[in-house]
Amino acid sequence: MSALKDEDPRIHGIKTKIRVVPNFPKPGAVQCAGIMFQDITTLLLDPKAFKDTIDLFVERYKGKNISVVAGIEARGFIFGPPIALAIGAKFVPLRKPRKLPGEVIFKEYTLEYGKDRLEMHVGAVEPGEHALVVDDLIATGGTLCAAMNLLERVGAEVVECACVIELPDLQGRERLNGKPLYVLVESH
Amino acid sequence: MFAGENGLKGDPRLQAISEAIRVVPHFPKQGIMFQDITTLLLDHKAFKDTVDIFVDRYRDMDISVVAGVEARGFMFGPSIALAIGAKFVPLRKPKKLPGKVISEEYELEYGTDCLEMHVGAVQPGERALVIDDLVATGGTLSAAIRLLERVGAEVVECACVIGLPEVKISVNLMIAWADCEKEMMLEHCNNHQSRLFVMCHCKAHFVSVLNNGWDGECYS
Repeated sequence: MSALKDEDPRIHGIKTKIRVVPNFPKPGAVQCAGIMFQDITTLLLDPKAFKDTIDLFVERYKGKNISVVAGIEARGFIFGPPIALAIGAKFVPLRKPRKLPGEVIFKEYTLEYGKDRLEMHVGAVEPGEHALVVDDLIATGGTLCAAMNLLERVGAEVVECACVIELPDLQGRERLNGKPLYVLVESH
Repeated sequence: MFAGENGLKGDPRLQAISEAIRVVPHFPKQGIMFQDITTLLLDHKAFKDTVDIFVDRYRDMDISVVAGVEARGFMFGPSIALAIGAKFVPLRKPKKLPGKVISEEYELEYGTDCLEMHVGAVQPGERALVIDDLVATGGTLSAAIRLLERVGAEVVECACVIGLPEVKISVNLMIAWADCEKEMMLEHCNNHQSRLFVMCHCKAHFVSVLNNGWDGECYS
């Protein structure tokens, strides 16, 4: 499901602010498969477009009994906290290995070349909580799946995954085991 | 601006913010008392109060840029930027930002690291705020200030949630503590334009401190 279909007038402004950077390689990153990197930093330079982005998510999730917003390192840390603050939820960072101090649980996931791991603090999320997972972009869905796995293992219910951008050609949506995905813009 | 002028001393929100921060001993290595702000993020009211205190301080300072230091600066900076109508600029570790960047090296305890900023993100003459969760030596903040000044911006202030009790700063900054009467002025302060605003003092884990004497450091 994409906000495009609702034709909210703010979507166009958001889409035009996302910069595409050719030939940005990062070992193992799926975005490099298409050699066109979706750069959201230019969106953050436009206060109105950035605010519209957050507002669209907040309007969708406010009053829906979501108590956890989990953001994926690092660009999920940019969008997740403002959403969490606005809807009255806690913010939980899901991080690369060895960044979180204290006790963590982890989930390994595969990249195009090799593996990576996502960690979450033990005790950050309680059983029965309703959670939202936030990242800037969904590609293959591998990272989002790892995130959902962490939350479900501690007994939370993942209500939805929310991303600014989807790369539909990489079919990440299908990998989410039926969990709903909400995105603002698609990029082919 | 100094603590006495900012009206925050005795603000009840500060105590709750400080109490929400968790100390994790011996992370990432023996002797370091890690100041963990993730527990602050789990407390919606305390997290909101943290952002509100920063927003109240900066909303009328004509700031157009909030620069957040990766990665924990990303957790506080964007909310402040959104509330004061400023852009958010991520300052990142090497090779994370796509496209053209400028780079500034800074010293670690052992070796050096690098902070990068996008070319074109900040224009000459813009007034900027630098945000990170914690200030220890000030090395990272110094690198952030240099990046912004290199492109002609004016760094109005650096803001951190936590600071060391005696901040071993390697750059000349006037420091204001939100919860403390004492002004701290460095010996070699030369009226550098930038200032540092810190919300809470670092917390020590006294059980471990008693075992080792005070040779442990608090930093993240």
